[in-house]
Amino acid sequence: MAKMMRSDLGTARALGSARDGFHHWWIERLTAIALVPLTLWFACGVISVAGADYAEFATWLGKPWNAGLMICFISAAFLHGKMGMEVIIEDYVEPRCAQLAVKIFVNLMAFALGIVSVVSVLIVALRG
Amino acid sequence: MTLLEERLKRGGPVSPHLQVYNMFALTSFLSIIHRIFGAALFVGTLLFAYWVISAAAGPSAYDAAMGFLGSWFGYLLIFGWSFALFYHMCNGVRHMLWDTGRILSLPEIYKSGYAMVACSLTLTVVAWALGLSL
Repeated sequence: MAKMMRSDLGTARALGSARDGFHHWWIERLTAIALVPLTLWFACGVISVAGADYAEFATWLGKPWNAGLMICFISAAFLHGKMGMEVIIEDYVEPRCAQLAVKIFVNLMAFALGIVSVVSVLIVALRG
Repeated sequence: MTLLEERLKRGGPVSPHLQVYNMFALTSFLSIIHRIFGAALFVGTLLFAYWVISAAAGPSAYDAAMGFLGSWFGYLLIFGWSFALFYHMCNGVRHMLWDTGRILSLPEIYKSGYAMVACSLTLTVVAWALGLSL
C-alpha cells in the first residue's frame, strides 16, 4: 500500500526517504484518518456512559460494535501516539543514546498499555 | 558530540529548532500546541488505561476509579484530555488537507486556524454539556 503512494520515477531518482521514513509518515496518516471517526464515536460513547455504574458500563461495552470499535480506537490511538512520540523524540532528545533509550521506553509502554487495554475491554465485554 | 554538531560536521541537513520561529505568531503557536497536546494525549492514555483496567478488575475497582475520575481533579484531567483530543483531531484534519496540497496560502492558513480552534472549542463544550446533562 505504502509503495503505491510513491512514483517509480521518484524512487529511481532517490527523491524522498531512502529508508523507512515514508512508511512511518504513511502509517501516521493512516491511523490519523481512522482516528477521526473513531474519536467522534469514542466521545459519544463516553458521554453515553458518563456516570454509569459498572453494570451499565459492562452492558454498553458488551455490545459487539462497542467492544470492536473500542479495540479499533485503542489500536489506532496507541500506534499513532507511539509514532508521533518517536518524531518528537527524534527532534528534541540528545545525545543519541538517550534518544534510543527514550524511544525504546515509549515503544514498550505504548505496546504494553495498548495490549492491556484491549485485554481489559475483552474481559469486561465477555464477562457480561 | 550532539546530533546537531554531527550533522553540521557532515554537512548534512539540519532541521530548524523552535527558537528560529516567532513562537507567538498564530501559525507557529497553533502548530507548537498541536505537538504539545499530542504528547499530552499520549501521557493521558494512562488515564484511559486506568479506566478500562479498573473495569476489568471488577465492580468495586470500577467504583473506586469512578470516585477518582469523578473528583474535581479527575474532572480537570478529563477536561484537559478531551480538549487536547478535539484540538489534535481538528488540527489533524487541517494537516491532512495540507498534505493534499490544499489551503496552503497564508490567508487560508489563518482562516483554517481560527476555524479549527472554534471547532475544537465547540466540540469540547458540546461534549461536556451533553455528558453533564444526561
